[in-house]
Amino acid sequence: MSEKPKLAVWKFSSCDGCQLSLLDCEDELLAITGVITVANFVEASREVLPGPYDVSLVEGSVTTPHEKELIQEIRKESAILISIGACATAGGIQALKNFADVKDYVSAVYAHPEYIKTLATATAISEHVKVDYELRGCPINKEQLLEVVIALLQKRRPNIPLYSVCIECKRRGTSCVMVKGTPCMGPVTQAGCNALCPAHNRGCYGCFGPMEMPNGRSLGNWMIDKKMAEPKDLVRMFRTFNADAPAFKEAGNSYEK
Amino acid sequence: MKDAMPAVCIDRADFDSVIKALAGDGYNVVGPVLREGAIIYDEISGVSDLPEGWGDEQEAGTYRTVKRNDKALFGHNSGQQAWKKFLYPSRERLWSAQGDNAEFKIEPNAETPPKYAFVGVHACDLRAIEIQDIVFMNPETADPRYGKRREGAFIVAVNCAQSAKTCFCAAMGTGPRAESGFDLSLTEIIEANAHYFVATVGSARGETLMQKIKSRPATDADLQAAATRTENAQKQQVRSLDREGVKELLFSSYSDAHWDKIAERCLSCANCTMVCPTCFCSKTEDTTDLSGNHADRWRLWDSCFTVDFSYIHGGSIRKQVASRYRQWMTHKLASWIDQFGTSGCVGCGRCITWCPVGIDITEEAKVFREEKMDPRLRGDDEVVKGTKQ
Ligand code: SF4
Ligand code: SF4
Ligand code: SF4
Ligand code: SF4
Repeated sequence: MSEKPKLAVWKFSSCDGCQLSLLDCEDELLAITGVITVANFVEASREVLPGPYDVSLVEGSVTTPHEKELIQEIRKESAILISIGACATAGGIQALKNFADVKDYVSAVYAHPEYIKTLATATAISEHVKVDYELRGCPINKEQLLEVVIALLQKRRPNIPLYSVCIECKRRGTSCVMVKGTPCMGPVTQAGCNALCPAHNRGCYGCFGPMEMPNGRSLGNWMIDKKMAEPKDLVRMFRTFNADAPAFKEAGNSYEK
Repeated sequence: MKDAMPAVCIDRADFDSVIKALAGDGYNVVGPVLREGAIIYDEISGVSDLPEGWGDEQEAGTYRTVKRNDKALFGHNSGQQAWKKFLYPSRERLWSAQGDNAEFKIEPNAETPPKYAFVGVHACDLRAIEIQDIVFMNPETADPRYGKRREGAFIVAVNCAQSAKTCFCAAMGTGPRAESGFDLSLTEIIEANAHYFVATVGSARGETLMQKIKSRPATDADLQAAATRTENAQKQQVRSLDREGVKELLFSSYSDAHWDKIAERCLSCANCTMVCPTCFCSKTEDTTDLSGNHADRWRLWDSCFTVDFSYIHGGSIRKQVASRYRQWMTHKLASWIDQFGTSGCVGCGRCITWCPVGIDITEEAKVFREEKMDPRLRGDDEVVKGTKQ
């Protein structure tokens, strides 16, 4: 990396929530701008510096023909490309359209569907270009974002766990909501949020997407067996933020009958 | 101790003074509390923090707190996490490093570890602490911070008067009565007109503490009442594990097809290892700040259920979930014996209750046992090919 690396933040189809996590790093942001040149970050400034970029953070899914081209250009201009959030890593909530006919969606949502140019699917960035790192979550976790940026600056491997939410849940000492009767996606979901939902007495919604070796069928079958959920509930649980992530897609489809 | 102090009785009304005396001696007193529908261990300042009148119902993958029909203070069994979370915290800084181009300095974590008093340690968990002592206090692999916390800890054991459906300490020979390793042990007695504790002193520290506590000598009837309580607890145990030859059984089941069967259900979520009071595995993680002049090395609980755990150059050795469950079960019940001279399982039942899909180590052990009895079910390699789905 050059003396003061150039960081660009790009937005595709998304709600901006992940970019806002970067803005949420209030205390750290000043320090970050001291060591990094922020070359493009429309949430924070209108100024756009030309490439190439040392690191690009990409938020959002590829949902329009324009985005399909844009991501190729960004890849060419970026030494390291990190996709951030459920939209960029798995298509996001809008990937629900992959399970339906996009024409029905467009005419249901827009008054003038004829003006809408959209692809039939919402897809992850990695389906279009090579991605160097992925940060999961809807939205991403601020500490993970800082960890990746700092690790890259210091040329070390970032600490991004691939195991289950349960490990974080147990480390922080939360008593398991699942075993106490609330359906929880934690055992099949990747860690990184520090088990936020169970710590607030809720089941994990799976917003960090599939963990390294998810066994969705076993978890789902147990919930059905214990009358914690019906198959239709499981379809919904696997198809929320990461419906198009292969392991969740497969599990969700298997309960759709 | 040469002359063991004879057992005494502490009235329920005077029990608060035990907690207060420990706090007065500078201990962070930890005991059971009711929180978010579970009985867990946390700091307590008096008897009113204890889960009076609450018990628990446990089954594989299920835990519920239930109102008891008495006012027992210790009417519960194993909670989700044992004392490990205090003696061996899930995340701890090992050292910090400070440096720039001129100088690089490493500073060990110098924070004074808290001095704990644990009130309500069940027999199985007491044995689990002793097992972790073998791991962390032997000269070869000593963890000095564990050692400091452990040496400072005051232990008030409570002999169980009931068992959960997931308990099998009797089969593992660890309980329900604590025989040694405590400073003070208690059995809670609740009768129509009386509520008191039969107390046995186990150390000089315990004896000093008891000098501050109002008590009366225990009669034969009191001792009998206490013995009956733990006998009842033992009789209630519905699970068991046949320890006889279990090491050979598991070692010879290495390529058994049943591991794959378990893996169909296992989530590799690691909950079993996280809640197990003897599991000790950890990983280290280095964090750095933005300036790059400061780094910390952290020790974190880890588990043999993660892919990364068996990562060596070129990839992970245990790629399949079957091999990870096999590692866990074989380590707990078999290779632990070779490694530390004792079983790694104390029969607390936590891995059964807190497995999100109720996988039960006692049931799985039985399957291997029954397969060995019936050669047609035996999973040597030829049979594996035929029976695998
Ligand atoms: S509450 Fe959910 S995330 Fe936490 S241990 Fe239980 S199943 Fe796992
Ligand atoms: S293996 Fe299970 S029953 Fe045995 S000590 Fe560990 S958690 Fe308790
Ligand atoms: S069972 Fe697994 S986590 Fe537990 S001590 Fe053994 S290797 Fe470590
Ligand atoms: S045995 Fe249960 S708790 Fe352990 S990893 Fe498998 S599913 Fe998780």
